[in-house]
Amino acid sequence: MPADRPALRRSEPAVAPDAAAHASLRFIRDTMARTAAFTAVPGWGGIAMGATALVAATVAGRQPTVTAWLTVWTAEALVGVTIGAITMAVKARGHAVPLLSGQGRKFLLGLLPAVFAGAALTLAIYGAEVGLAGDTYARQGLTASLSLRLLPAMWLMLYGAGVASAGMFSVRLIPAMGALFLLAGALALLAPAAWGTAFLAAGFGGLHVVFGALIARHHGG
Amino acid sequence: MARTSARSATKATAVPDFDAVVHQRVRLGILSALAAGGATSFTDLKTVLSLTDGNLSVHARKLEDAGYIAVKKRFADRIPLTEFELTAAGRAAFDRYLDDMEAVIRTARG
Repeated sequence: MPADRPALRRSEPAVAPDAAAHASLRFIRDTMARTAAFTAVPGWGGIAMGATALVAATVAGRQPTVTAWLTVWTAEALVGVTIGAITMAVKARGHAVPLLSGQGRKFLLGLLPAVFAGAALTLAIYGAEVGLAGDTYARQGLTASLSLRLLPAMWLMLYGAGVASAGMFSVRLIPAMGALFLLAGALALLAPAAWGTAFLAAGFGGLHVVFGALIARHHGG
Repeated sequence: MARTSARSATKATAVPDFDAVVHQRVRLGILSALAAGGATSFTDLKTVLSLTDGNLSVHARKLEDAGYIAVKKRFADRIPLTEFELTAAGRAAFDRYLDDMEAVIRTARG
């Protein structure tokens, strides 16, 4: 029997047709699993993004005003996007595929709406709170800030939602990471505002480092 | 298309006539991969299925001729990019193939 043909053939009835059919179904299942195990998400990039997020959390926690706190996290977001783009390009080059092909394009397109929503809502909340009056809330203590109350949870949940949906066609680790971000965001919403930066450190720092390491180890860097 | 539903296959023969386009290991692999991963680039598919360029091209052409996959060619980052996607007919053929396999198992078990 030719090697490229599934085991079950009418012209050569197998002794156990159900065994041959099982073999074909197993082949299909394995192929589908292998396809799902292929990811363009860079694990090393995740580790690097997590490390910079931990630094940002340390710096942000020492800021006296909402504006300064938000500036630190905005800078961190830009650093994270840059690291993500570069390491994704490096991984794509390593697999000899264009950056915006197949899996990479799907991931980016899936993530972008959540990132856009996060940026727009951040501006809206910050603008509504601080507005023309400047950092008035700093005088009442940073934890009284509406931004600090809402933004960490919102960022974590939107990023989690984006990663979970963008990772639908990727390895299981990606949607799992998205789900944990969602959980962290939900917990941050229930926790005191003073814990917001700690939740951001745990999410954007801890989860990125842990899942980045797992992806780097098991899914091609 | 010369194929008979597994549901009508007799228990004596047990093995129905499968869709010849689908019932080939590489092509079945391509359909399985596209069913799992959605639109997939030539390079991704080649990597996942461990195929050579030539082998993937030949079998993808047969699937395209049968109307089971759609091929899109474009440029990304100035690099030519070929992408495959399962068509509705391809999805239906893949589902029928799975049904046939399950029918064979049911028939053999009596």
